[in-house]
Amino acid sequence: MNQASIETGSALAIAPFATTLAKNKISLTRDKTTTLQINIGFLCNQNCRHCHVEAGPKSDKIMDAQTADAVADFAEAGGFSTADITGGAPEMNPNLSHLIEKLAPSVSKIIVRSNLTAISNGKWDGLMEIFQEHKVTITASLPSLNKSQTDAQRGSGVYEKSLAVLKKLNGEGYGIEGTGLELNFVSNPAGAFLPPSQASLETRFRSDLKRKFGIKFNNLYTFANAPLGRFETWLKDSGAYGKYMDRLVREFNPCSVGGLMCRYLVSISWEGYLYDCDFNLACDLPLAGRKIHVSEMTGPPAPGSPIVVGDHCYTCCAGAGFT
Amino acid sequence: METYYDPKDLPKFGEIGKDAPELAKKFFEYYNAVFAEGELTEREKSLIALGVAHAVQCPYCIDAYTQACLEKGSNTEEMTEAVHVAAAIRGGASLIHGLQMRKVSDKLSL
Ligand code: SF4
Repeated sequence: MNQASIETGSALAIAPFATTLAKNKISLTRDKTTTLQINIGFLCNQNCRHCHVEAGPKSDKIMDAQTADAVADFAEAGGFSTADITGGAPEMNPNLSHLIEKLAPSVSKIIVRSNLTAISNGKWDGLMEIFQEHKVTITASLPSLNKSQTDAQRGSGVYEKSLAVLKKLNGEGYGIEGTGLELNFVSNPAGAFLPPSQASLETRFRSDLKRKFGIKFNNLYTFANAPLGRFETWLKDSGAYGKYMDRLVREFNPCSVGGLMCRYLVSISWEGYLYDCDFNLACDLPLAGRKIHVSEMTGPPAPGSPIVVGDHCYTCCAGAGFT
Repeated sequence: METYYDPKDLPKFGEIGKDAPELAKKFFEYYNAVFAEGELTEREKSLIALGVAHAVQCPYCIDAYTQACLEKGSNTEEMTEAVHVAAAIRGGASLIHGLQMRKVSDKLSL
């Protein structure tokens, strides 16, 4: 190990992801694209330490109304079934309501990714009305049922605030059977380790949240942290990068490739450019290797077209796969 | 500096089967069966393993089961409590032998 690799904890020789695919005789190509993921900007009230897009309160990278309209036109032309709105904190983009209203006639499901704290910052009334009207699914980040782990990842006080907002969401009908208002969780590990199995964590979240706080929800999804953005910086600064990458590579599961999200979704950046997924967006690896603006698109990318990959793709193919 | 313990040896555990493959196969099959979800969850078993790792003071097991506990969804508070369970049993086991000492002493003393 040389001096530089000791300092960053960098992995010794990691086989490039493309080489691993080739060795396993896998060609990663698109299936039918059914989900339109829209990253409406990197403005966020939080500064989470694992954030792969390095969102934060000072970012001025947010989608404007004109781009939002172009995205909605693409949704109409593209025959997508789902629109998945992410960020940053989507609630902080003043065009969010407008975008939801324009997307609603074109897709059967709209998801908004929420960090649970941005929505409580004076945005509640206006947004809740629109969310309920269009039966928007809220996919909320909650890494752990433990205060220290949650606050270590997302910032001091976030755990308590999140629980308060979850109770309020239940009060509005979110996560409650029969209302059609879906409340899901995404749990990312609070460190350089892989998440538990989705089923076991969902069972524990369901029983503990109900028993301790009376909180209900629909589904929980676990995701591994991608070695990108702020998480990559932390991995390197803490010397954990090499061990983490080695772990991801060792856990490579060829069977996970068929179900990868990038086969079924296309991501659009705040500026309106297309990517195969939000991780490629974070490290600026555009779809088909060149910047294509949403306004140039007449339909979704064709099935069979190749997907751009990088070493962060090991994250989605580890173990049972996280996608 | 050379040391008896090297973290890089941990992933090589399987190499123990080189000169006794049948025994290793039996051991690892048994090992994997022990840690599979049963009446106890995998998470609970990892916490027990972490406690035992501290009782037997095995640095390999402490490394492996700290990671395993985190990956099964446990947190540092729970893991610290598991280590205290190991410490209490170890401490208690020493202390209860004090009764032997007292019996022997009683026999020997006026
Ligand atoms: S992870 Fe989400 S909530 Fe946290 S800083 Fe990034 S965008 Fe904001």
